[in-house]
Amino acid sequence: MGGPLEPLFDVEEMELSFGPQHPSTHGVLRVMLKLDGEKIMDAKPIIGYLHRGTEKLFETEPFPQCIPHTDRLDYVASATNNQGFVVTMEKLLGITIPPRAAYIRMILAELGRISSHLVWLATHAIDLGAITPFFYNFREREEILDLFEAYCGARLTLNTMRIGGVPFELPDGWVDRCSDFIDRFPAHVDEYEQLLTENRIWKRRTVGVGVISAEEAIEMGLTGPPLRGSGVKWDIRKVFPYDHYDEIDFEIPVGTNGDTYDRYLVRLQEMRQSARIVRQCLDKLPDGPVIAKVPKVLRAPEGMVYASVEAPKGELGYFIVTTPKGTKPYRCHVRPPSFINLQALPEMVQGLLVADLVAVIGTLDIVLGEIDR
Amino acid sequence: MHAALIQFIVIPVVKIAVILGVVLLVVAYLTFAERKILAYMQVRLGPNRVGPKGWLQPIADGLKLFVKEDLIPAKAEKAVFLLAPAMIMIPALLAFSVIPFAPATKLFGLLPKAIPPYVTDINIALLFVLGISSIGVYGIILGGWSSNNKFSLMGGLRSAAQMVSYEVPMGFAIIAVLLMARSLSLVQIVKAQQAAHLWFFVPGILALGIYFICGVAETNRNPFDLPEAESELVAGFHTEYSGMKFAFFFLAEYTNMLVVSSLATIMFFGGWLRPFPNVAWLSFLGVVPPVIWFAVKVAGFIFVYMWFRGTFPRYRFDQLMQVGWKWLIPLSLANLVIVGAGVLLVKG
Repeated sequence: MGGPLEPLFDVEEMELSFGPQHPSTHGVLRVMLKLDGEKIMDAKPIIGYLHRGTEKLFETEPFPQCIPHTDRLDYVASATNNQGFVVTMEKLLGITIPPRAAYIRMILAELGRISSHLVWLATHAIDLGAITPFFYNFREREEILDLFEAYCGARLTLNTMRIGGVPFELPDGWVDRCSDFIDRFPAHVDEYEQLLTENRIWKRRTVGVGVISAEEAIEMGLTGPPLRGSGVKWDIRKVFPYDHYDEIDFEIPVGTNGDTYDRYLVRLQEMRQSARIVRQCLDKLPDGPVIAKVPKVLRAPEGMVYASVEAPKGELGYFIVTTPKGTKPYRCHVRPPSFINLQALPEMVQGLLVADLVAVIGTLDIVLGEIDR
Repeated sequence: MHAALIQFIVIPVVKIAVILGVVLLVVAYLTFAERKILAYMQVRLGPNRVGPKGWLQPIADGLKLFVKEDLIPAKAEKAVFLLAPAMIMIPALLAFSVIPFAPATKLFGLLPKAIPPYVTDINIALLFVLGISSIGVYGIILGGWSSNNKFSLMGGLRSAAQMVSYEVPMGFAIIAVLLMARSLSLVQIVKAQQAAHLWFFVPGILALGIYFICGVAETNRNPFDLPEAESELVAGFHTEYSGMKFAFFFLAEYTNMLVVSSLATIMFFGGWLRPFPNVAWLSFLGVVPPVIWFAVKVAGFIFVYMWFRGTFPRYRFDQLMQVGWKWLIPLSLANLVIVGAGVLLVKG
């Protein structure tokens, strides 16, 4: 007795092409699976189905016109994409933005973070079979998108930041509307928690699934909630503050076990913290112009610059190379958090079941738009 | 000769036609009910466009599925592929031949003598239902296998394992009822509850819980809906099915829900009996026809089904097996011992 039984028949691994058309690969991710029964022996992500050559397009556009292209990277949180690009350009050009502009940017970015996390929770829960949170999340997301629409006319691809500030003054009544929403929002998070946090089935599906240790996470360059879920207190907003995050009081939620459940808790806490940041920004909102004086035609000095922001998915960085007096980037590389986070997938699902694969894809919170660029 | 013709041909045919019609209509409207109930749980409205307040939605769905292109995958095992939907639908409907909705009735004096409204009452009705409903799993396995699709195959395998495992504790839970009723006839089980002045859910509360959990698992419903887990297996065993063949799988699921709920009502909630059937001063409740009492109780169970779907995430396959083998089977065995001892003490 003991030891594995000799199989009576010839057994072979089943290859399963999971995606790119599959309800829970969050877009067009394709995972080549090698299965032993339902057990995953090997998983290989295959990407490239959404490649649009965004980085090459940057090279053909004057700096300000690159911003709309950034919208299409992580299309569920376009505000932070804009922010990353303009922050990098301001660093290159040495522009200081007016405080009011920085505060408006922070409000938009944090609202974007909340809406991105809401999409994450909705899809993650539906992947694990809980369909009701989806509708609750989209109800609140709708309000955020309405706020965006009232501010800049767009709901998803916002294109709402400019090099030197933001394009518009806040419309009348916007601050009240926003603060009304943000005061109600923590109660909504309680609602989601009621459905899931202590739910036995939810816990059994997430606790101990897709564990990644702090060392491994750092080695693989994970950022954002996948890193913080493993207990590493790393948030660009705190360690390299941009805009005026250093004036805001907020915490970085971290997990302990680095499993799917901890990442879930971290993201829920982040939503609460984001609401806190928006609240403070609305209270402190200074007067003044919303955009710095910048020349009509931007000419950059020769050089290389890298700056990053904390996007909802992790560290979003732009690396821009310029030619002397150039009006366009010579090269612009994007460091998308999802792309780096996705490489943890094979390791995280090794030996788990197919059902866990969708849990892990969900917990990594990838967006193919920024993976393929 | 004439009387025999009426008794053995005309009456049963009429009964079968009526029951089949009613069951199919109820099943169609269950889909509507589910969509409406889920909608209200999920802060939305649900179907409200076809007909008044959306009431014609199931009809429209049926028509749509009927005229859809009927695809058969090139590499499918054709004969089995065609057979599978029938193999799941027919057993589901057959179960209704023995389910007693109401006692013998004269239909408010329209009939000269009281006739039972159910098709038949056989003395092994409960075994018959269990046996018939186990055949349904072949439809799922063969449907999943013959599609020649890896997702379908995995769905079929999952459901085979699931149904086999949950059949066992379900059987044990039912034995507890048999001990109390001392009969396998569904009509006798209801009558035993009247005679005992007690619905069996009181002594059999544990059996009811086990039975219903197993029932949910057997019908592949949330949180045990792994065979068709959309987010993992696309649509599970019926991934390759379209049009009316898909509709058969879909309707069979709802029909099975109805069977499970009806059985739960009969075994634990006194079938067609009104609440407290022997309390004289509550006799005004008898104004409501028995079949309505039956329908209300069944609707209660159906609602629980939908409530589950609106609330729970889905179990993982191995966890599902754990729940079945490590919890439900020992629990149902323990329950059997307790109920058996109780019956022995009370009835001697």
